[in-house]
Amino acid sequence: MQFSLSSSPHNRVRRDTGQVMRMVCYACIPGVLAQTWFFGWGTIIQITLAMLTAVVTEATILELRKKNVSRGIRDYSAVLTALLLGICLPPLAPWWLVVIGTFFSIAIVKQLYGGLGFNMFNPAMTGYVVLLISFPISMSAWLPVQTMAQTSFGLFDALSLIFTGFTQTGYNLAQLQLGIDGITQATPLDAVRTGLLSGMTYSETLSATIFSSDWGWSYGWSNVALAYLFGGLVLLQQRIINWQMPFSMLLGVILTAGFLSMLAPDQTGSIIYHLFSGAVMFGAFFIVTDPVSGSTTDKGRIIFGLLIGFWTVIIRTYGGYPDAVAFAVVIMNIAVPLIDYYTQPRVYGHKS
Amino acid sequence: MVNKYMIDAEHVVAQLNQGRLFDFSGGVHPPQQKSLSNTTPINTIQEPPVLYIPIKQHIGTQGNICVVVGQHVAKGEALTQSSNPFSVPVHASTSGIIKAITQHPSAHPSGIPEMTITLEPDGQAQWQLMPLLTDYTKVEQVVLLERICQAGITGLGGAGFPTHLKSNPQKPVECLIINGVECEPYISSDDRIMREHAWQIKQGIDILRHIVKPKQIIIAVEDNKPQALDALKTACLEDNGITITSVPTKYPSGGEKQLIQILTGEEVPHDGLPIDIGCLMYNVGTCFAIADAVLHGKALVQRVVTLTGQALAQPQNVWALLGTPISHLLDIAHYDPSKQLVKKVIMGGPMMGFTAVNDTVPVVKITNCLLVPDKQELPDIEDERACIRCGLCAEACPAGLLPQQLFWHSKAKEYDKAQAYNLDACIECGACAYVCPSEIPLVHYYRKAKTDIKHIALEKEKSEKARERFETRQARLLADKQAREEKHRLAAEARKKTMDNKGNDAKDKIAAALARAKAKRAAAQNNPPTDSDK
Repeated sequence: MQFSLSSSPHNRVRRDTGQVMRMVCYACIPGVLAQTWFFGWGTIIQITLAMLTAVVTEATILELRKKNVSRGIRDYSAVLTALLLGICLPPLAPWWLVVIGTFFSIAIVKQLYGGLGFNMFNPAMTGYVVLLISFPISMSAWLPVQTMAQTSFGLFDALSLIFTGFTQTGYNLAQLQLGIDGITQATPLDAVRTGLLSGMTYSETLSATIFSSDWGWSYGWSNVALAYLFGGLVLLQQRIINWQMPFSMLLGVILTAGFLSMLAPDQTGSIIYHLFSGAVMFGAFFIVTDPVSGSTTDKGRIIFGLLIGFWTVIIRTYGGYPDAVAFAVVIMNIAVPLIDYYTQPRVYGHKS
Repeated sequence: MVNKYMIDAEHVVAQLNQGRLFDFSGGVHPPQQKSLSNTTPINTIQEPPVLYIPIKQHIGTQGNICVVVGQHVAKGEALTQSSNPFSVPVHASTSGIIKAITQHPSAHPSGIPEMTITLEPDGQAQWQLMPLLTDYTKVEQVVLLERICQAGITGLGGAGFPTHLKSNPQKPVECLIINGVECEPYISSDDRIMREHAWQIKQGIDILRHIVKPKQIIIAVEDNKPQALDALKTACLEDNGITITSVPTKYPSGGEKQLIQILTGEEVPHDGLPIDIGCLMYNVGTCFAIADAVLHGKALVQRVVTLTGQALAQPQNVWALLGTPISHLLDIAHYDPSKQLVKKVIMGGPMMGFTAVNDTVPVVKITNCLLVPDKQELPDIEDERACIRCGLCAEACPAGLLPQQLFWHSKAKEYDKAQAYNLDACIECGACAYVCPSEIPLVHYYRKAKTDIKHIALEKEKSEKARERFETRQARLLADKQAREEKHRLAAEARKKTMDNKGNDAKDKIAAALARAKAKRAAAQNNPPTDSDK
């Protein structure tokens, strides 16, 4: 009797790439729900658009590259990239923005480099950076939480705004953004940045309506960050991600923000403000943990995370953009081969 | 240099007595599945109708066949012999007639046929025993080593290294470590032999103690085998020189290097052997076989084999004669092929075992298990996906390697880079591939790379030799040519010289002739023939 042959090991953990990617998607749910609760249906619409674009783009390119399309789609990496990009985009940004961004992420950043596993840069963040640089106005289309709360802004308003540029009642985004007091300060990061640039101190900027406490907690934004923190901890508990990258990034933020606020107390935000504003929490657990474009050694992951935290605060404080997680990630992606090379673990039997 | 890392046996044992163990980096926890086969005693089974005994079942060189077709042999009679120290004999596993000496599929992943002696049992199982060495403490060590060699004993844990070579260390032995860890899932052959034959294992250890004179003896058993642990403790109750330790269940804690690290906290140098840090390790089954050879005069003709897996109706452990075709064992365990999608038998465990090519492949000295999984148990993988650099493999690697880098370079055939990432340190335990979410057969790539590297080195050595030969020949030819030319030159010179000399003679003659003629003319003028001018 002839037998079939296979190579050891014959046993495997039954958790494949597709499952890992899906788990990360599920872990985003609390954050997405919180974001929808505070910022309306826009986020859901953006995510849906992004996923559709991603799957179509991925399938087309895999077909062109003569790869197994259904197998490629079933690894859920394109879906995850779309989800992460969709989350980052302003909820009411025009539809073509998300389509361009997602197409760029999948086609250029990922597939042109050889597909999953070969991309040097984080696809979602590189797509985001491209959009931010190319369409800065559209990329700041965040509505203040308060406006969302005060106007009865529903699903159809969001749809209409995203696809036509006007709400059902005929307002455009700029009008909505202007808000009650006539000052555009849609996000806490914008508010502080604008405030500091106009000569206010950090504590003065906190008096803006967008903040709900004087230690840098902003209503809505910080709650969303908390929801992503929760999702991230679930990923950690499920051993989908390692502790090194998220915690070292948060530590990088804490150290840098702490140092800067010691150096110039009223010129930079507090540690809490930096941690719970913008994309830091989301980035720490869902972005820097992207295995493909990140460091793979234990020590390397810590350096990678720390420096992303560092760059985030530095660019936020001194750079030209209010938030900087995407830039920090892309910058550090470049350094990964170098970091990996110099942080190889000690091999058994090789004394240091 | 190596002595720097020499362990101190007393210190190690003191630590163990305090319950202090070390950990090795990485490792995985695959489902144990030991209870499938370890609940019943080792079964003594009827002899198979035919035995296929490969003449080389160990690491080293094979012996010369010393039987002929048609010859009747007794159980335990040597079939090969050799004076090469790297050779151990194989024996007739039972009495019977030699039917053939031919190539037969091997118990190797490739199944490449190897020289095999086919033996048809006569049903008598008539032993030919070697003289008993009951009072072995009065016997010289070299006699015991010779006996261990002549009994055909090799490491039964998996590597198959000749035991007599290992037992003749040139350095002091601090710790003699007896390995009863058996960390591979499913396998329970060591577990059963420890439970049922702890006393004989102890006898084997005593013999080893007499041969290698260790300062301390440590027996290590994984903590998922409490009965085995108890049995050994009972057997060693009155022996203060033996420390019995239970080690946490983690794969691959039974690996030689890993177990040494767990017990001593020290690592075997990458370019050295365990003995370089004062350790010697034996498998419990090997100890059993040593006692058999020395005290009972029996050569190694059988071993415990675990028959397990969901496709077997009666999983169990059996005493299998070496050379038993696996079809015989499958029948005994009631193999049900309909439970498998593709017919497949793994020789060894799920992590490091290999698939047998067909059912005539024989049990050999290192065969500890036949694993026959059903279709859900160990499903075949689809094609591998792309590596997403998740790093789970690096976390699982007990050797501290970066498997994803090794994979990358191995796949790209960048072997110098793979070696720079210490491919050699890979023990092929399979922990990396076990955790890989992209289902990449990592170990397969490493094995391929290692084979290629070996091949390249061999080729290089060959071409180096060829080059040397060529250059020597060229040099010789050149020297010949030069010598020849020199000779020619000298000859030519000599000829030229003679030529020149001859030439001078000729010129002289001409000159002489001319001179003579001139003189004649002058004489003619000076002496006119007439006086009329005056």
